[in-house]
Amino acid sequence: MKELSLNILDIAENSVKAGASLTEITIEEDERFLTLIIKDDGCGMTEDILKTVTDPFYTTRTTRKVGMGLPLLKMEAEITGGSMEITSKSEKEYPDSHGTQVTARFCKTHIDFTPLGDVSASIVTLIQGHPDTDFLFTHKLPGKTVSLDTRELRQVLEGVPLNSYEIIKWIESYLDEQYQNQEESQ
Amino acid sequence: MKSLAELQAIKEKMKDKVVLREGSNDIRVVVGMATCGIAAGARPVLNTLVEEVNNGGLAEKVTVSQTGCIGICQYEPVVEVFESGKEKVTYVKMTPEKAKRVVSEHLKGGKVIGEYTLGGQNL
Repeated sequence: MKELSLNILDIAENSVKAGASLTEITIEEDERFLTLIIKDDGCGMTEDILKTVTDPFYTTRTTRKVGMGLPLLKMEAEITGGSMEITSKSEKEYPDSHGTQVTARFCKTHIDFTPLGDVSASIVTLIQGHPDTDFLFTHKLPGKTVSLDTRELRQVLEGVPLNSYEIIKWIESYLDEQYQNQEESQ
Repeated sequence: MKSLAELQAIKEKMKDKVVLREGSNDIRVVVGMATCGIAAGARPVLNTLVEEVNNGGLAEKVTVSQTGCIGICQYEPVVEVFESGKEKVTYVKMTPEKAKRVVSEHLKGGKVIGEYTLGGQNL
C-alpha cells in the first residue's frame, strides 16, 4: 500500500465484515515508533483460523476469510524491524467478550517505513460506507491527541445518517482541524 | 474550531431533507473497497464520486456505496453502476478524473462512457 492509512481502511473493513458494532482504531506515535491497534467486537476467529490469517497462500477463493490484507500489514511492519500480532476470541467460545485485535508496530526511522498518509480520508471513508456501525478513532501524537467517536456524533444527530454528505464533510474538517492545530502547537 | 454544537445546527437544517431523500434513489453506484481496490486507489475514487454527486445536485437520484472484492482485481479500482431497467455498467481502472466524467456524462447526462467500461478494454 502507498500509505499506512490505506492499510487501516483495509483492516477496519474486516472488522465491519465480522459484524463489529464498535471498531476502535488507535495510533500511538512518537519520534521513533508508530503503533497501530485495530480492535473490534465482531464475531472473532477460532484459534485454527487465527493461525492461518497471515499466510497469503493458505486461503482459497471459496473458503477465504481474510485474504491479502493482514499479510500485507505484517510485511510492512516487519520490513521496518517492527512486528504484527493478532489476538481473537470467537463468538462461539466467548459469547460475552468476542472480537479481534490487530496490533502492528513500526519503526518510523527505517527507510522502508510506509508513511501514514491521509488518515482522515480513511476514517471518513469507513463512516461513509458503514454509517450504522461505530468507530472510535484516537491518534496520540507527542503533545496532542486527535480523536473522533461516532457514538458521540450519533447522539447529537438523532437519526440523521452519519453518511449524509453534510455530516461527512463536517467530520472531515473536524479531523483536519484537529491535525492542523497539532502542527501549530509543535 | 469545529464543535458538536455546530454539528447540532447542521442536523437541525437537515432533518426535513432526510425524509425527502428516502426511497427516491434510482441509481446505485458501487465501489469495490477490498484490499485489491484500496491498494489500486479506490479511496480517492470513492471520495470523488461522493463529492461530485452531491455538488452536481444528484444526491436524491444517486446513492454511492461500497462493496468488497468484485472478482476482477487486475482491473481495480472498479465502479459499478446499477440503474433500474438498465444493464449494469462496469467501469474499470478508475481514477478521480475518470470518476468526475462518469458523474457528469453518465449519471447526469445518461450516456455510458464506453472507453472506461470493462467491455471497452483490450482484453
